[in-house]
Amino acid sequence: MKYLVSLFVGLLVGAVLFAVGFYYNPFMNQTMISPLAVTNERVIDFSFSAVPEEGILYTNNGESVPLPHPRRVAKLLEPAVSDTRIFVTQLQDGSGDFAGIGIKFSSESEQTRLFKGEALANSVWHIYLPGKGTLLLDQAENYWPYIREVRIPAKLSSGDNWRGAFHGIMTSGPSALGTARVSGGSGFFATLESEAVESLTARGYSAMQGPVSMTGTLTITLPRVETAGE
Amino acid sequence: MVSRPSNLTKLGYQFCRYSRQQLRERVSRLFKTFIFGIFLGAFGAGALLYFAPAVNLHRERSLISVQPNGGNIERFQINLPRDRILVGLAGVEDSIPAELDWPGKEQLGDMQAEAFIVRNENNAVVGVASRLASSTEETGPFIEWVVHFPARGTMYVQMDLMPAADGVRDGVLRAGTRDFLPLTGSIREQFVSEVEDGDVQGRIVLEVGLNGPLGDEV
Repeated sequence: MKYLVSLFVGLLVGAVLFAVGFYYNPFMNQTMISPLAVTNERVIDFSFSAVPEEGILYTNNGESVPLPHPRRVAKLLEPAVSDTRIFVTQLQDGSGDFAGIGIKFSSESEQTRLFKGEALANSVWHIYLPGKGTLLLDQAENYWPYIREVRIPAKLSSGDNWRGAFHGIMTSGPSALGTARVSGGSGFFATLESEAVESLTARGYSAMQGPVSMTGTLTITLPRVETAGE
Repeated sequence: MVSRPSNLTKLGYQFCRYSRQQLRERVSRLFKTFIFGIFLGAFGAGALLYFAPAVNLHRERSLISVQPNGGNIERFQINLPRDRILVGLAGVEDSIPAELDWPGKEQLGDMQAEAFIVRNENNAVVGVASRLASSTEETGPFIEWVVHFPARGTMYVQMDLMPAADGVRDGVLRAGTRDFLPLTGSIREQFVSEVEDGDVQGRIVLEVGLNGPLGDEV
């Protein structure tokens, strides 16, 4: 009997040691520098508030944090969409002015491999920029650094909240350099094929309400138009 | 007077029955079991994390019909009004959902944004979609859909501005993601107003025809 107890205690200690080692694994740090930081292409940045109450609409299955906004929005309860979130928000340009509107669909990905530090989501942005056109941004996002550095500390904190500074590149694919794929739809973007990355900067998170102070940025490359003189 | 031995004393007697060597062996075996447990626990936790699927998305059976001239056709439907998630249009007071804070006309003009829940022909929910339309956009009017199926991928569709005489609007697949990435195809959008199905007052039907690369069926 005492051998069984010893084995069981050992199993528990082993599992806890693995969890601690996994959580603090220094080889699973988030990407902080955008793959587009050294691009030769022209880039445009759009920022948005990633706090659902500051956006236009946010919905999920109604049971996860953050809660849907506005209060009476339809929830995604059916099994096929219960792991999906819809976020509609205004996009601001570099000077903080209104630039357009973005609808983001985001679903948990079956490619998720927590062992490798990959908590993936497949997401697409449907974007309309008045006076410019429309485009689609397709990306795989890795939420593990955000979960590790923001959500888990918030959950473990006695006040159920986190305050600090987190900045990470969320986009991890599908392009080879870890960038998102952009397809233009109409207007100036009609034939556009380019790349993009989404980054997240968090300063406050509540385990009960979700993001409290958080902004996102979409960086999209615009291929240079070569003129006859170039 | 001889006092009765306490439990602690009994334990001491038990230990005394073993020689120093035997005691060391017993403790050593116990310690080895504990160490073995640690390795087993760490390895087991790792194996669980590695092999157990963290995400297992629900899938509905695809209802696809194969076309004689190549390609497949799949129909999706949106039951109105219950599948509407969002109707955003500047200057309109009855936006959906109630209390929606939609930007004004000076920012978005007449652009109308809608978001829906999407069903297959059996009325089972399979995805979500957005539809953006503007007739006064200065870079050119547009109507387009993004249809997102969590377990399959996303279709980005550009629609014709004018519907055909029968009310059907045609469109082309501009881009696709994951399962739809290598495909080309067309989409027909139709609004059906006469629907006999409980509280359904109308239905948007999306008929999607997809072809694989080099004409292979998908």
